[in-house]
Amino acid sequence: MEFEQLVTNKIGENIPDAIEEVVEFRNERTLLIAPEKIKEVCRLLKTDNELAFNFLSDVCADDLLPDFPRFAVNYHLYSMPNNYRLRLRTLVEDPDAGPPTMGDLWPIATWLEMEVWDLMGVRFEGNTHLRRLFLPEDWQGHPLRKDYPLGYEEVQFSFNWEEIAARKPFAKE
Amino acid sequence: MSETRTPQKSATIQEMSVEELRAMVGTGMEIVDAEEHMLLSMGPQHPSTHGVLRLLLELDGETVVNVAPDIGFLHTGIEKNMESKTYTKALVMTDRMDYLSPMSNNLGYVLAVEKLLGVEATPRAQAIRVVLTELARIASHLVWLGTAALDLAAMTVFLYCFREREYILDLFEMCSGQRMMVSYFRPGGLWRDVPEDFEPAVRRFLEFFPGRIADYEALLKENPIFLRRTKGVGVVSGEDAIAWGLTGPSLRASGVNWDIRKTQPYSGYEQYDFDVPLGTDGDVYARYRCRVQELWQSMRIIEQALDRLPDGPVSIDDRKIVPPPRSELGRSMEAVIHHFKLWTEGFNAPEGYVYQSIESPRGEFGCYLRGDGGPKPARVHFRAPSYVNLASLPNMARGGFVADLVAIIGSIDIILGEIDR
Repeated sequence: MEFEQLVTNKIGENIPDAIEEVVEFRNERTLLIAPEKIKEVCRLLKTDNELAFNFLSDVCADDLLPDFPRFAVNYHLYSMPNNYRLRLRTLVEDPDAGPPTMGDLWPIATWLEMEVWDLMGVRFEGNTHLRRLFLPEDWQGHPLRKDYPLGYEEVQFSFNWEEIAARKPFAKE
Repeated sequence: MSETRTPQKSATIQEMSVEELRAMVGTGMEIVDAEEHMLLSMGPQHPSTHGVLRLLLELDGETVVNVAPDIGFLHTGIEKNMESKTYTKALVMTDRMDYLSPMSNNLGYVLAVEKLLGVEATPRAQAIRVVLTELARIASHLVWLGTAALDLAAMTVFLYCFREREYILDLFEMCSGQRMMVSYFRPGGLWRDVPEDFEPAVRRFLEFFPGRIADYEALLKENPIFLRRTKGVGVVSGEDAIAWGLTGPSLRASGVNWDIRKTQPYSGYEQYDFDVPLGTDGDVYARYRCRVQELWQSMRIIEQALDRLPDGPVSIDDRKIVPPPRSELGRSMEAVIHHFKLWTEGFNAPEGYVYQSIESPRGEFGCYLRGDGGPKPARVHFRAPSYVNLASLPNMARGGFVADLVAIIGSIDIILGEIDR
């Protein structure tokens, strides 16, 4: 309880207007951070000796279609000395100009952001390693977005076998 | 979307510039000195890459200058697929990620769903979950021990380890009907109670297994070839390990005491008395020692959990989440309605997002779940420990030999099914 208070107080003192909302859900605390302040907040949480959020567990993005801003990026932070988990959430208006990379604070962020870019298509400013990771180099689109169809193979019956075979993508030469 | 893919032409072998090669493998790796160094592709069919991992190596003679992992050969879109299934049906996909310890994946996902719903499993279900997850940890470590030793040409260990793993898979089959893709843990409890023979069978395992560990130790622990191949190889310091998100036995081998079962216990782990094995050197040998000692600790946990296995139901008594037993369907109209609703529509989870992490055999397995009030998850994301641990590979391998790289890949215990998801 005290530590939770300490986190919000410290952020409030050092970076005013950074916290837009504090969400408590199922004993998990989420801080909604203003997009332009996310880097400063992360730097404070990482470098402050008392807070010491030295471990970045995960970075993942949400597609909130049809809402706007459409994307949200979650940072799951963990402080080993304090044994405390915290989630930072920030909204992304333009996925091509997403939040700044956290690679200089937690080196693993570069690697986690690559996954977010590949599957959700949110760019991280300053991350020079963004590339297709799971999908082939020439893949179009980002499959975890809500407007990306799941895709399936059309079932062929004797009456429409030829028709479907004609437009079915086969491995080509 | 398949029409957007254009097949690559590769009919003839031709000389390529470094730039072209880089663009083809798409690793974005910094190449230090392209004139002097050799670029070599290791995998995806290399036997020591534990699946379909491809590594682009930059070599100075025999020394590794840089490594760039190229992954995605097993990508099956599990996270996307789960969004189109109900919470219960999506569970079966978690088995397919880390196929060596499906129980841990089940547990991580099920705990996240239960957290989202705000329910907790019954004491008996929790204890059985602990027993099975620890058995899965032993089975997973056995496969690791066997294959990592096999990479270093120790064939016998592999055969011994798979013999014992087979016994554990039989135990899984006994309770779930499946050896590997178990889907045994369900939101709200278990599929059904374990059979009567289960407990004696596990106790038999606990009796003979210590002798088997002694066998593995006799083969490897002081084997001079094994020591030469593993001691001082692939060293990673504690600070580096934390910075690069390394978790599980690989992190603890670097001397960082962090085990989620201890720090943020779930499923009743706080009741059990066990130690967290720690290493000091952070090399391949330390990681080997940590995992072998975890076998002993898992046995301790299983024994305690069996000794005080509580009686009672294995599922919570909430018919909006857990379907009614078969015996009620013939007698109660309400039970039929619940059964029908749960198997057609599923249960609705509230709006909100949760993150549940557990200590899987490979490290922190986290499940991020966002519910939108409907019966299907709006977003599922897994923090796959193998995926994150792989990021430490270049750090460990730089400056070593190619042969060391084989030992290092084995030592971080990656599962490609979980990396690619």
